[in-house]
Amino acid sequence: MAVINRPGQPPLWKRRSTVQDLLVWLGWLAAVALTVACFQFISERTIWAFVWDAPRQGADLVGRMFPPAWGYADQLWKPLWDTINIATLGTALAVLLGVPLAFLAAHNTTPSVVFVRPLALFIIVASRSINSLIWALILVIILGPGVLAGILAIALRSLGFIGKLLYEAIEEIDRTQVEALESTGANPAQVLSWAIVPQVMPAFAGITVFRWDINIREATVLGLVGAGGIGMQLEASINTLAWPQVTTIFLLILATVAVSEWLSARVRHAII
Amino acid sequence: MAEPLLVLTGLTKRYPTGDLALDGVDLAVPRGQVMALIGPSGAGKSTLIRCVNRLVEPTAGSVRLEGQELTRLSRAALRRARRRMGMIFQEYALVERLSVMENVLSGRLGYVGFWQAWFRRFPRRDIEQAFRLLDRVGLAHMADKRADALSGGQRQRVGILRALMQEPALLLVDEPTASLDPKTSRQIMRLIVELCEERGLAAIINIHDVGLAQEFARRIVGLRAGRIVFDGPPEALDAAVLTAIYGEEDWSRTIRRSDQEEDMAEAAA
Repeated sequence: MAVINRPGQPPLWKRRSTVQDLLVWLGWLAAVALTVACFQFISERTIWAFVWDAPRQGADLVGRMFPPAWGYADQLWKPLWDTINIATLGTALAVLLGVPLAFLAAHNTTPSVVFVRPLALFIIVASRSINSLIWALILVIILGPGVLAGILAIALRSLGFIGKLLYEAIEEIDRTQVEALESTGANPAQVLSWAIVPQVMPAFAGITVFRWDINIREATVLGLVGAGGIGMQLEASINTLAWPQVTTIFLLILATVAVSEWLSARVRHAII
Repeated sequence: MAEPLLVLTGLTKRYPTGDLALDGVDLAVPRGQVMALIGPSGAGKSTLIRCVNRLVEPTAGSVRLEGQELTRLSRAALRRARRRMGMIFQEYALVERLSVMENVLSGRLGYVGFWQAWFRRFPRRDIEQAFRLLDRVGLAHMADKRADALSGGQRQRVGILRALMQEPALLLVDEPTASLDPKTSRQIMRLIVELCEERGLAAIINIHDVGLAQEFARRIVGLRAGRIVFDGPPEALDAAVLTAIYGEEDWSRTIRRSDQEEDMAEAAA
């Protein structure tokens, strides 16, 4: 903000001073120059012949993918059911572990800011820093391929997600409602269940349903590394170049995700 | 002569920031007395009543309620002592997502166990009492409504009932009318004073509105910069006293304001 005082006249006001204006323009110039430089860098390392060829290759692949192998769907219901179970059970397990973790991590509910809170935050960060696919990769090595590895992979990834979003919600509650119940002589456990839990319920429901919705999508790829579900069929079909089967799998996944989106939207609406 | 209900001696609060909010306050409130605490923003009114139930820990001094020293109580003993002090808040401080009945019953939390409260299995006596009180303030039909469905005046009534459910001897009332319109403010003040008279409760009411304080309280205490600068009956509140509490200003119209508001309220009704 720049106020320019002029003797004998009312002061002038501009959003920025001249120097600030110049700096802003220099910033824009640098951004454009960087974009051009990056484009050149990428262009030099691209085999453009393949890129020009891409539409033809794409059309060829799509041609081989159609019509979908509808008959193959009969073999997919079981893996699809597994996929939904991996997502649902994984989310349930993550809720079971993530909710206490959130209360241990939130500033206003943690039993100890010095010891417990950093530990809870570390668990949350560790869980979030590793993608479910990588969790699955590790768990398949330990537990062997199958649905169990998938459930645990989903749970380990979601635990941090639920823990983080929930502890942030707990930290944002209205403090006066807590004070009001403290002033009645309620004990800490009663204050937690009467003043804090009701305030974070909508956030909790929203977070859980949102995570379940994400997990349905993540569970569809876990099979690529052997952690059960429809991803295993997908990998097998791609490896045998059975493109019409791949199309069938894609369509089924699309339908499942669409249904889960619709369902989670309904649940969120009902609770909030 | 028995000791007054509440006795503050040399009550001092210095916040970690260094602000001295209360500076050696001595105050005695007898049983059944409705007292208004007035003073400019930042004078320490809120800190004073919060130091009584130790929502704010006093730095020095003593707080005695019914002969019991509160400042040295353990957490568990403090919780038992808090049951005798009902608090009423400016922004009502109801648990918005709980029902009106649950909010009223939350005044009993200090008397019931965790699981009893978790499953909402309160003694019949408590529930009957809650219905009686709701009926008394005309909210019996709202018992099952969620608190956030209520208007400001209705919410403050529920806030008052929550405090009464504690079976307190003392009400700590923090700006009960600051979020309400003038008519509702008067109704709420009248309700608090009536309930105090019916039950023989003492009350400390923090209030900005000098007119309301004069009309409803039998004793007025003026706080300025953490010290008591006036303590007397409402009639003794004149321009000189208001200047001592709030600072220099033209007070000639403020002193009579409560009468004018009465006329306005009657005209509106």
